[in-house]
Amino acid sequence: MIKGLAISTVWVLDQDRAKEFYTEKLGLEVRTDMTMGEGGMRWLTVGSPHQPDVELTLMVPGGPAMDPESAEMLRKLVTKGALGAGVLTTDDIHGDYKKLKDRGVEFLQEPQERPYGTEALFRDDSGNWFSFTQPREGGLDLDQDWTC
Amino acid sequence: MDKMRQVRLAKDAMDRDWADPELDLDTVAAHAGYSRYHFIRAFKEAYGETPGQYLTHRRIERAEDLLRTANLSVTEICHLVGFSSVGTFSARFKTWTGLTPSEYRTKHVGRGAALIPGCYAMLWAGGFRPAPATGQQRNSGEAG
Repeated sequence: MIKGLAISTVWVLDQDRAKEFYTEKLGLEVRTDMTMGEGGMRWLTVGSPHQPDVELTLMVPGGPAMDPESAEMLRKLVTKGALGAGVLTTDDIHGDYKKLKDRGVEFLQEPQERPYGTEALFRDDSGNWFSFTQPREGGLDLDQDWTC
Repeated sequence: MDKMRQVRLAKDAMDRDWADPELDLDTVAAHAGYSRYHFIRAFKEAYGETPGQYLTHRRIERAEDLLRTANLSVTEICHLVGFSSVGTFSARFKTWTGLTPSEYRTKHVGRGAALIPGCYAMLWAGGFRPAPATGQQRNSGEAG
């Protein structure tokens, strides 16, 4: 049976810049950074120090597996900001929001109360958007009058 | 591709600062580093509508979100999303959704839409008009 999610792909425009962004700005750690052969594919993964079994692989569109037209379309979608890359969680949304913002992360939404927690919204340096959420303690809050 | 990024930064400014009633075309175009005229063209080419249309739709979409989730009056919501006149707000809202703000609230109250992650509501249901325009049906399935 399927046991869980181990790796998910985030399409980035430049792996060096993405590596810097995901480590120095977001505070994730590099798990693997290796190139397969001379000029070959660079396998770059990052993850949270608190979650050793989940990684994001930062991939550049292209390579032998992708035709140039598809790679160009994918780059365009990322650059346009049309793609979402996932939800990252925190235990201190307001503190981390300020910390990340001070490091130059571009937020599209400051932390807002939602039934499932407090959520902000930012983009990585390529244009992928992430939800940044502190889950509500005790789970979904359905007692509050969220719908008037 | 760099140009596309510049245009996206301007779009992001609208997604972030939509509540500011002072947000105008010049301010937004400055985020892209474009002149007014070139910015309008580049934005429309990338996103299919003018920056002005996009900002209006973003504000209406945020108003929809508030009508579904916040215990505020229509007038309060009108000002919160950056409109200065309730008449203009209601007219634009009806053009976009097919319903007046009050009708929209009555229809969607208690439908559970607040549970949809806000980022998806904002970036996915976003400001773009589906084609062909089917405003009245736009939210009919979201309570799932």
